[in-house]
Amino acid sequence: MTSIPRAVTIVGASLAGFNAAEALRRDGFEGPVTLIGAEDHPPYDRPPLSKQVLAGDWEPDRAALTDTEELADDGIEARFGLRATGLDLNARELTLHTGETVAFDGLVIATGARCRTMPGTDELSGLHVLRSLDDCLALRADLEAGPQRVVVVGAGFIGAEVAATARGRGLEVTVVEALPTPLGRVLGDEMGSVCAEVHRDHGVDLRTGVGVDRIEGDHRVERVVLSDGATVDADVVVVGIGVIPNTEWLEGSGVEIDDGVICDASCLVADRVTAAGDVARWPNQLFGETMRVEHWDNAAAQGAHAARRLLDDEIGPFAPVPWFWSDQYDRKIQLAGRVRPDDEVRVVNGSVEERRFAAIYGRGGRITGVLGFNRPRHVMRYRALIEQGASFDEALAAEF
Amino acid sequence: MRIVVDFDLCESNAVCMQIAPDIFEVRDDDFLYILNETPGEADRSRVEECVQRCPKQAISIAED
Ligand SMILES: Cc1cc2nc3c(=O)[nH]c(=O)nc-3n(C[C@H](O)[C@H](O)[C@H](O)COP(=O)(O)OP(=O)(O)OC[C@H]3O[C@@H](n4cnc5c(N)ncnc54)[C@H](O)[C@@H]3O)c2cc1C
Ligand code: SF4
Repeated sequence: MTSIPRAVTIVGASLAGFNAAEALRRDGFEGPVTLIGAEDHPPYDRPPLSKQVLAGDWEPDRAALTDTEELADDGIEARFGLRATGLDLNARELTLHTGETVAFDGLVIATGARCRTMPGTDELSGLHVLRSLDDCLALRADLEAGPQRVVVVGAGFIGAEVAATARGRGLEVTVVEALPTPLGRVLGDEMGSVCAEVHRDHGVDLRTGVGVDRIEGDHRVERVVLSDGATVDADVVVVGIGVIPNTEWLEGSGVEIDDGVICDASCLVADRVTAAGDVARWPNQLFGETMRVEHWDNAAAQGAHAARRLLDDEIGPFAPVPWFWSDQYDRKIQLAGRVRPDDEVRVVNGSVEERRFAAIYGRGGRITGVLGFNRPRHVMRYRALIEQGASFDEALAAEF
Repeated sequence: MRIVVDFDLCESNAVCMQIAPDIFEVRDDDFLYILNETPGEADRSRVEECVQRCPKQAISIAED
């Protein structure tokens, strides 16, 4: 039995951290709450950064999750532009990049993740990753400058959305993907091929099964050299090859790190310390599997759970069915569950040809996931079946 | 308190319905229906949770 903290400090002021802070207040916690974040901005939403904001349909302020006034009204002390560089669990102290030390009692670790980059490409302009609002505005400015050719490295969800948004701006887009089908390692080859066709239908030059050897240019990117020797001319290159959890500041603190901060099933990391969002790895008891999830809904829900865990020892495990959405062109793609590429896949509703369908995934006699193309209601219904541990046959027989 | 949903943003994923099924319902036609546009103060915290948990930022509260 650990004691309830008198005050809570949250490190990382994005989706998970913000939801943690608000959950404390919603549950009536009256002690001091401090939200420390490395970015200069109050918490904002990332999904629009590859969609509406990048497209130029939204100005950045529309992606805000809150503002400093609202935080102040909720009695949340906001400290932005400050990066934690160290954690001392015995002294219960944080160190910030300014050298300042900050005492804490309860702590939520919500430092998220950053983009993986390609080695040796730091100096070129026109080369982008997309994680932060600042990244988004830099890329948007480059897209607005009237480039001829955009090359996207990696056909994961972020790469796919950037490609779709750039096509929406009428730009020529090449997508380079090392796997034989986009997202094949997530969705399997059959559904990965559907994603490939969607890109091609929209005029993307999709090159699969080929890696990037190097990106060339004199100060500015000029071309991308592929592993098969082909070159693709480029004015703008966007690299979307996955993310790395931000855990360096915890090294040597005694907090266990293994591709994320290791938590127990309830998100507890140490006495009165929890973690949430893209940075957290925890055993999800619903799946009997340790996972780190990089989805919006998970960061929001886990942020709230990690905060409540500090107030309530009995709160129990965090065990949701992970799900996310991705908007590409005019398709709303959603995936719920924990699917593997070799799971059995069955289309249960709609038509793959029309790109409006729901498909369910199964393994070991159980339904493991559901993929929807413009089928949000079906995804949520099957998600409920996954949560109940329904068999694959039950799910196949269900009618929604 | 009046609930406002931006239906251009809403994608009917029913997250709000899971939190407050007495207020939000996604029906078989795939559209979201607001069952109670003006819930009482007792529901405020749940509605606020819906506002915050809507992945599309489609829900807001008007005070009029
Ligand atoms: C462009 C884009 C589009 C996306 N679209 C979708 C989508 O359509 N659907 C979906 O489900 N998900 C989407 N996601 C994923 C979703 O946004 C993330 O899962 C979510 O942002 C994770 O929230 P988080 O709070 O855990 O981490 P993050 O959002 O990564 O935030 C972590 C914060 O901590 C700060 N920080 C890091 N280190 C420190 C430190 N040492 N001290 C202080 N602060 C620190 C960072 O600066 C950052 O502000 C998208 C992500 C991106 C980037
Ligand atoms: S949570 Fe938001 S997007 Fe989902 S159904 Fe409700 S209003 Fe629509």
